[in-house]
Amino acid sequence: MFLVALGGGLGALLRFWLDGRVNAAARKVAPGWGVPVGTVVINVIGSLLLGVVAGWWSFHSGDETWRMMLGVGVLGGFTTFSTASVEAARLILAGRSVAASAHALGMLIAAVAAAWLGLWLGSL
Amino acid sequence: MSRAANAALILIGGMVGTSLRAGLEAAAPAAPGAWPWTTFWINIAGSALLGVLLEWLAGGEDVGWRRSVRLGVGTGVLGGFTTYSTFSVETVGLLAGGQWVFGLAYALGSAVLGIGVATAAIALLRRVRAVRTR
Repeated sequence: MFLVALGGGLGALLRFWLDGRVNAAARKVAPGWGVPVGTVVINVIGSLLLGVVAGWWSFHSGDETWRMMLGVGVLGGFTTFSTASVEAARLILAGRSVAASAHALGMLIAAVAAAWLGLWLGSL
Repeated sequence: MSRAANAALILIGGMVGTSLRAGLEAAAPAAPGAWPWTTFWINIAGSALLGVLLEWLAGGEDVGWRRSVRLGVGTGVLGGFTTYSTFSVETVGLLAGGQWVFGLAYALGSAVLGIGVATAAIALLRRVRAVRTR
Protein backbone atom coordinates (compact mmCIF):
# COMPACT_ATOMS: atom_id res chain seq x y z
CA MET A 1 0.00 0.00 0.00
CA PHE A 2 2.88 2.37 0.75
CA LEU A 3 4.43 1.58 -2.63
CA VAL A 4 1.12 2.36 -4.37
CA ALA A 5 0.92 5.71 -2.54
CA LEU A 6 4.56 6.50 -3.30
CA GLY A 7 3.96 5.67 -6.96
CA GLY A 8 0.99 8.04 -6.96
CA GLY A 9 3.06 10.84 -5.43
CA LEU A 10 5.78 10.36 -8.04
CA GLY A 11 3.16 10.26 -10.80
CA ALA A 12 1.71 13.57 -9.57
CA LEU A 13 5.17 15.17 -9.58
CA LEU A 14 5.82 13.90 -13.09
CA ARG A 15 2.45 15.33 -14.16
CA PHE A 16 3.28 18.75 -12.67
CA TRP A 17 6.63 18.82 -14.46
CA LEU A 18 5.36 17.62 -17.86
CA ASP A 19 2.28 19.88 -17.76
CA GLY A 20 4.51 22.92 -17.29
CA ARG A 21 6.84 21.89 -20.12
CA VAL A 22 4.07 21.10 -22.61
CA ASN A 23 2.05 24.25 -21.89
CA ALA A 24 5.18 26.43 -22.10
CA ALA A 25 6.03 24.87 -25.46
CA ALA A 26 2.44 25.33 -26.67
CA ARG A 27 2.48 29.03 -25.69
CA LYS A 28 5.61 29.45 -27.80
CA VAL A 29 4.15 27.68 -30.83
CA ALA A 30 0.66 29.21 -30.61
CA PRO A 31 0.55 32.28 -28.38
CA GLY A 32 -2.96 33.52 -27.71
CA TRP A 33 -4.57 30.14 -28.40
CA GLY A 34 -5.15 29.60 -24.70
CA VAL A 35 -6.25 25.97 -24.82
CA PRO A 36 -4.28 23.93 -22.25
CA VAL A 37 -2.78 20.86 -23.91
CA GLY A 38 -0.51 19.61 -21.10
CA THR A 39 -3.30 17.56 -19.50
CA VAL A 40 -4.28 16.15 -22.90
CA VAL A 41 -0.74 14.89 -23.54
CA ILE A 42 -0.48 13.49 -19.98
CA ASN A 43 -3.81 11.66 -20.10
CA VAL A 44 -3.17 10.15 -23.53
CA ILE A 45 0.34 8.92 -22.61
CA GLY A 46 -0.92 7.63 -19.23
CA SER A 47 -3.82 5.79 -20.87
CA LEU A 48 -1.48 4.14 -23.38
CA LEU A 49 0.87 3.01 -20.60
CA LEU A 50 -1.93 1.77 -18.32
CA GLY A 51 -3.23 -0.18 -21.31
CA VAL A 52 0.20 -1.79 -21.67
CA VAL A 53 0.28 -2.62 -17.93
CA ALA A 54 -3.27 -4.05 -17.93
CA GLY A 55 -2.61 -6.01 -21.13
CA TRP A 56 0.70 -7.40 -19.93
CA TRP A 57 -0.62 -8.52 -16.57
CA SER A 58 -3.65 -10.25 -18.03
CA PHE A 59 -1.73 -12.13 -20.74
CA HIS A 60 1.61 -12.74 -19.03
CA SER A 61 2.62 -13.38 -15.46
CA GLY A 62 4.03 -10.67 -13.27
CA ASP A 63 4.41 -9.57 -9.70
CA GLU A 64 1.11 -8.17 -8.36
CA THR A 65 2.88 -5.54 -6.25
CA TRP A 66 4.49 -4.08 -9.37
CA ARG A 67 1.18 -4.03 -11.23
CA MET A 68 -0.47 -2.12 -8.38
CA MET A 69 2.43 0.29 -7.96
CA LEU A 70 2.63 1.09 -11.68
CA GLY A 71 -1.06 0.95 -12.57
CA VAL A 72 -2.95 2.24 -9.52
CA GLY A 73 0.00 4.28 -8.23
CA VAL A 74 2.24 5.90 -10.84
CA LEU A 75 -0.19 5.99 -13.79
CA GLY A 76 -3.28 6.68 -11.67
CA GLY A 77 -1.48 9.58 -10.00
CA PHE A 78 0.07 10.78 -13.25
CA THR A 79 -3.22 11.10 -15.14
CA THR A 80 -5.99 13.32 -13.84
CA PHE A 81 -9.69 13.64 -14.50
CA SER A 82 -10.37 16.64 -12.26
CA THR A 83 -7.94 18.98 -14.05
CA ALA A 84 -9.37 17.93 -17.42
CA SER A 85 -12.90 18.82 -16.21
CA VAL A 86 -11.85 22.18 -14.73
CA GLU A 87 -9.91 23.15 -17.87
CA ALA A 88 -12.97 22.50 -20.04
CA ALA A 89 -15.21 24.30 -17.50
CA ARG A 90 -13.00 27.39 -17.67
CA LEU A 91 -13.18 27.40 -21.48
CA ILE A 92 -16.99 27.15 -21.27
CA LEU A 93 -17.19 30.00 -18.75
CA ALA A 94 -14.91 32.09 -20.98
CA GLY A 95 -17.48 31.67 -23.74
CA ARG A 96 -15.33 29.23 -25.71
CA SER A 97 -17.69 26.26 -25.92
CA VAL A 98 -16.26 25.01 -29.22
CA ALA A 99 -12.73 24.95 -27.78
CA ALA A 100 -14.07 23.23 -24.64
CA SER A 101 -15.82 20.53 -26.67
CA ALA A 102 -12.74 19.98 -28.87
CA HIS A 103 -10.55 19.78 -25.74
CA ALA A 104 -12.81 17.29 -23.96
CA LEU A 105 -13.81 15.13 -26.93
CA GLY A 106 -10.32 15.17 -28.45
CA MET A 107 -8.82 14.02 -25.16
CA LEU A 108 -11.50 11.35 -24.67
CA ILE A 109 -11.14 9.83 -28.14
CA ALA A 110 -7.32 9.98 -28.14
CA ALA A 111 -7.06 8.51 -24.62
CA VAL A 112 -9.49 5.63 -25.29
CA ALA A 113 -7.72 4.85 -28.60
CA ALA A 114 -4.35 4.98 -26.80
CA ALA A 115 -5.61 2.65 -24.04
CA TRP A 116 -6.88 0.22 -26.68
CA LEU A 117 -3.51 0.30 -28.47
CA GLY A 118 -1.73 -0.17 -25.14
CA LEU A 119 -3.85 -3.20 -24.21
CA TRP A 120 -3.01 -4.77 -27.55
CA LEU A 121 0.70 -3.99 -27.20
CA GLY A 122 0.71 -5.39 -23.66
CA SER A 123 -0.94 -8.62 -24.77
CA LEU A 124 1.76 -9.39 -27.35
CA MET B 1 8.29 28.51 -1.19
CA SER B 2 11.30 26.83 -2.69
CA ARG B 3 11.10 24.42 -5.59
CA ALA B 4 11.94 21.55 -3.24
CA ALA B 5 9.13 22.48 -0.84
CA ASN B 6 6.64 22.71 -3.72
CA ALA B 7 7.78 19.31 -5.00
CA ALA B 8 7.36 17.84 -1.50
CA LEU B 9 3.80 19.24 -1.29
CA ILE B 10 2.86 17.68 -4.64
CA LEU B 11 4.50 14.36 -3.71
CA ILE B 12 2.74 14.13 -0.33
CA GLY B 13 -0.57 15.35 -1.77
CA GLY B 14 -0.33 12.81 -4.59
CA MET B 15 0.34 10.05 -2.07
CA VAL B 16 -2.74 11.02 -0.04
CA GLY B 17 -5.02 11.27 -3.10
CA THR B 18 -3.76 7.99 -4.56
CA SER B 19 -4.21 6.20 -1.21
CA LEU B 20 -7.80 7.40 -0.99
CA ARG B 21 -8.53 6.24 -4.56
CA ALA B 22 -6.75 2.89 -4.05
CA GLY B 23 -8.68 2.34 -0.82
CA LEU B 24 -12.06 3.06 -2.43
CA GLU B 25 -11.25 0.93 -5.51
CA ALA B 26 -10.18 -1.96 -3.26
CA ALA B 27 -13.33 -1.64 -1.12
CA ALA B 28 -15.68 -1.51 -4.14
CA PRO B 29 -13.96 -2.95 -7.23
CA ALA B 30 -15.87 -2.87 -10.51
CA ALA B 31 -17.02 -6.27 -11.75
CA PRO B 32 -16.06 -7.08 -15.36
CA GLY B 33 -18.75 -5.80 -17.72
CA ALA B 34 -20.42 -3.68 -15.02
CA TRP B 35 -20.52 0.10 -14.82
CA PRO B 36 -17.33 1.22 -12.97
CA TRP B 37 -19.16 3.18 -10.27
CA THR B 38 -16.17 3.69 -7.98
CA THR B 39 -13.98 5.39 -10.61
CA PHE B 40 -17.04 7.27 -11.87
CA TRP B 41 -17.84 8.86 -8.49
CA ILE B 42 -14.18 9.51 -7.69
CA ASN B 43 -13.81 11.45 -10.94
CA ILE B 44 -17.08 13.39 -10.60
CA ALA B 45 -16.48 14.32 -6.95
CA GLY B 46 -12.87 15.27 -7.69
CA SER B 47 -13.93 17.50 -10.60
CA ALA B 48 -16.41 19.42 -8.41
CA LEU B 49 -13.93 19.75 -5.54
CA LEU B 50 -11.11 20.96 -7.81
CA GLY B 51 -13.46 23.53 -9.36
CA VAL B 52 -14.38 24.85 -5.89
CA LEU B 53 -10.76 24.86 -4.70
CA LEU B 54 -9.23 26.61 -7.70
CA GLU B 55 -11.98 29.20 -7.94
CA TRP B 56 -11.70 29.93 -4.20
CA LEU B 57 -7.92 30.32 -4.53
CA ALA B 58 -8.40 32.59 -7.57
CA GLY B 59 -9.61 35.27 -5.12
CA GLY B 60 -5.98 36.35 -4.74
CA GLU B 61 -2.58 36.18 -6.41
CA ASP B 62 -1.06 32.70 -6.87
CA VAL B 63 1.74 33.17 -4.32
CA GLY B 64 2.50 32.13 -0.73
CA TRP B 65 -0.09 29.94 0.99
CA ARG B 66 -2.47 30.07 -2.00
CA ARG B 67 0.20 28.53 -4.23
CA SER B 68 1.06 25.94 -1.56
CA VAL B 69 -2.60 24.89 -1.22
CA ARG B 70 -3.07 24.83 -5.00
CA LEU B 71 -0.06 22.56 -5.50
CA GLY B 72 -0.55 20.36 -2.43
CA VAL B 73 -4.33 19.93 -2.47
CA GLY B 74 -5.14 20.70 -6.11
CA THR B 75 -2.26 19.22 -8.12
CA GLY B 76 -1.40 16.67 -5.44
CA VAL B 77 -4.46 15.35 -3.57
CA LEU B 78 -7.24 15.93 -6.13
CA GLY B 79 -5.01 15.33 -9.16
CA GLY B 80 -3.87 12.04 -7.62
CA PHE B 81 -7.36 11.12 -6.39
CA THR B 82 -8.97 11.32 -9.83
CA THR B 83 -7.65 9.28 -12.73
CA TYR B 84 -8.02 9.41 -16.47
CA SER B 85 -6.00 6.31 -17.33
CA THR B 86 -8.20 3.93 -15.29
CA PHE B 87 -11.25 5.61 -16.82
CA SER B 88 -10.05 5.09 -20.41
CA VAL B 89 -8.93 1.50 -19.79
CA GLU B 90 -12.33 0.74 -18.18
CA THR B 91 -14.04 2.27 -21.21
CA VAL B 92 -12.04 0.02 -23.53
CA GLY B 93 -12.94 -2.94 -21.32
CA LEU B 94 -16.65 -2.25 -21.84
CA LEU B 95 -16.30 -1.50 -25.58
CA ALA B 96 -14.04 -4.50 -26.27
CA GLY B 97 -16.45 -6.70 -24.30
CA GLY B 98 -19.14 -5.81 -26.85
CA GLN B 99 -21.00 -3.44 -24.53
CA TRP B 100 -20.96 -0.51 -26.91
CA VAL B 101 -23.85 1.40 -25.38
CA PHE B 102 -22.55 0.95 -21.84
CA GLY B 103 -19.01 1.91 -22.87
CA LEU B 104 -20.11 5.02 -24.75
CA ALA B 105 -22.45 6.04 -21.92
CA TYR B 106 -19.66 5.62 -19.36
CA ALA B 107 -17.15 7.60 -21.44
CA LEU B 108 -19.45 10.45 -22.44
CA GLY B 109 -21.38 10.45 -19.17
CA SER B 110 -18.21 10.80 -17.10
CA ALA B 111 -16.79 13.59 -19.29
CA VAL B 112 -20.04 15.57 -19.54
CA LEU B 113 -20.96 15.23 -15.86
CA GLY B 114 -17.39 16.00 -14.73
CA ILE B 115 -17.29 19.19 -16.80
CA GLY B 116 -20.85 20.01 -15.73
CA VAL B 117 -20.17 19.84 -11.99
CA ALA B 118 -16.88 21.73 -12.38
CA THR B 119 -18.62 24.49 -14.38
CA ALA B 120 -21.47 24.69 -11.85
CA ALA B 121 -19.03 24.81 -8.92
CA ILE B 122 -16.99 27.63 -10.45
CA ALA B 123 -20.07 29.61 -11.53
CA LEU B 124 -21.62 29.24 -8.05
CA LEU B 125 -18.49 30.53 -6.31
CA ARG B 126 -18.30 33.47 -8.70
CA ARG B 127 -21.89 34.40 -7.85
CA VAL B 128 -21.21 34.16 -4.13
CA ARG B 129 -18.14 36.37 -4.57
CA ALA B 130 -20.09 38.87 -6.70
CA VAL B 131 -22.82 39.12 -4.07
CA ARG B 132 -20.29 39.56 -1.25
CA THR B 133 -18.35 42.34 -2.96
CA ARG B 134 -21.46 44.21 -4.09
